[in-house]
Amino acid sequence: MSEPESDRMIEAEPGGNRESGRKPRAGRGRDADDAPPEAIVAIPLRHPWRNVVAVLLVLGLAVFVLDAAQRSDYGWSDVGKYIFDRRISQAAWVTLWLTIYAMIGAIVIGLLLAIMRLSPNPVLKSIAWLYIWIFRGTPVYVQLVFWGIVSLIYPVFTLGIPFMEPWVTVPNEVFTNLFITAVIGLALNEAAYMSEIVRAGLLSVDEGQEEASTALAMSWGQTMRYVVVPQAMKIIIPPTGNEVISMLKTTSLVAAIPLSIDLYGVSRGISAVTFTPVPLLIVASLWYLLFTSVLMVGQHFIEKRFSRGTGRLKTGKEPATPAPAPTAVPGTPAPPLGTDFGGKG
Amino acid sequence: MTDAPMVLAERVSKNFGTNKVLRGISLEVDAGEVLCIVGPSGSGKSTFLRCINHLERVDGGRLSVDGQLVGYRQKGDKLYELKLKEAAFQRQEIGMVFQRFNLFPHLTAVENIILAPMRVKGLSKAKATARAMELLERVGLADKGDAYPAHLSGGQQQRVAIARALAMDPKLMLFDEPTSALDPELVGEVLDVMKELAKSGMTMIVVTHEMGFAREVADTLVFMDEGVVVEAGPPRQILSDPQHDRTKAFLSKVL
Repeated sequence: MSEPESDRMIEAEPGGNRESGRKPRAGRGRDADDAPPEAIVAIPLRHPWRNVVAVLLVLGLAVFVLDAAQRSDYGWSDVGKYIFDRRISQAAWVTLWLTIYAMIGAIVIGLLLAIMRLSPNPVLKSIAWLYIWIFRGTPVYVQLVFWGIVSLIYPVFTLGIPFMEPWVTVPNEVFTNLFITAVIGLALNEAAYMSEIVRAGLLSVDEGQEEASTALAMSWGQTMRYVVVPQAMKIIIPPTGNEVISMLKTTSLVAAIPLSIDLYGVSRGISAVTFTPVPLLIVASLWYLLFTSVLMVGQHFIEKRFSRGTGRLKTGKEPATPAPAPTAVPGTPAPPLGTDFGGKG
Repeated sequence: MTDAPMVLAERVSKNFGTNKVLRGISLEVDAGEVLCIVGPSGSGKSTFLRCINHLERVDGGRLSVDGQLVGYRQKGDKLYELKLKEAAFQRQEIGMVFQRFNLFPHLTAVENIILAPMRVKGLSKAKATARAMELLERVGLADKGDAYPAHLSGGQQQRVAIARALAMDPKLMLFDEPTSALDPELVGEVLDVMKELAKSGMTMIVVTHEMGFAREVADTLVFMDEGVVVEAGPPRQILSDPQHDRTKAFLSKVL
């Protein structure tokens, strides 16, 4: 498009002005220095179908809500009755602790696996790979069933040299305690995913960083702690937040162990007695939603903390755009923000 | 060890697999001397520099800094590879500046400078910070202490990187093409800092393409090609009257 150029050319010729005036143009050829460019006043493009779809969706939603409010099967009065029931809130507490313990275990084991996979030693590498292959390649439900019956396979769990007095004997209570079994089962499974997240984070840090740190006489541990891991965190945190949210929901699968003191287990237990499954499902869902919403808000602030010194904060206009998106839309899974930082030179 | 040269390389060789990167480099750098290494890319200049602070393992020959063998310990007639801790201890006396600065992006300029003095030398934060401010002033960035690397220009980043290396009070500074990643108008400010450093008596080994800097500052200029030292001597002599054909060919392209 050479339009502005031709404008200027016309203006340069004394006689050309009148001709250019006849042409139907939005702006006249004028030097930008003289005055700010005229704002464009135009009728915006209409999108009638978008509006139609929006109206239909709102109508559909309204019909569903009004209908649901009247349907006796939903048992709204039961929802109100059980939502703050002591048994339910205690069970919610159990679910929360299951999530916390399992995630702590998963992060610790995952970090070890990630370091093993990045090790130059081929045996360590292969063992980590094998672990991830097995635990990521089988369903968590199946794994939980297995951990539930592992106390039958190994009635006594000991550590030591074969045919000698064992060094450590794991008390039988560990694997017959269903809560501990559930935490172990969930953590071992999640560790496989966490190790991949941690590995991606560590690999995302430029090699020059480790080199510079080494050249400053810092040890491997110091380099990791003060240089590599803090930078890896901004890649690790967003997907880890997603994993925490996912874990919170996965805890409902501990029924496979079978552990039934968690949020879903208890609400099922109550409904088995009262024959009101739907209100109790709603109650459990509301609690899960409450937790996941709180976690999303927390994740947003942690992400902000770890993006210090990145280009994002540089220009001042940027921070408003991508970061708050996940919290603004509760209920949708937070998009993996990690990709935002991925392309570094 | 005042008699020993600061850096003594005797037939140093280094292979990456079957690729012989260094094929017997021998040279000496005395304390207070500035040595510039020039040569075409792939000639092994950077690898040699990285061998000096044991970022790369030397495969053959002997390389010592201030009388101490780099990366190995000699016991009788056997060589033992140094433990990671011992190698780190050796590096304390050797500062290094990289082509791509390699500042820590999550730390401010001051935090970049005080990290190693605090963690490696155990300096208090107050002491390390005071020293960092001194060094920032020396490189002309006294007002940029709180800036993150992303907010600094390339030249400013490289000057912070120089200050960071100086904060460990090194006896020897290595510069690996310190101005190659910079926009042309920012090269001068970094070279000025390096000139000042050379004047203050720092022993420096500089891999560079800046012939003007080499001519002005270097005591010795080394031309390397294909893993060997082709020619070495006073910079003026080498730049104006190169003896070797390969040197002539290279200089005709860059001058």
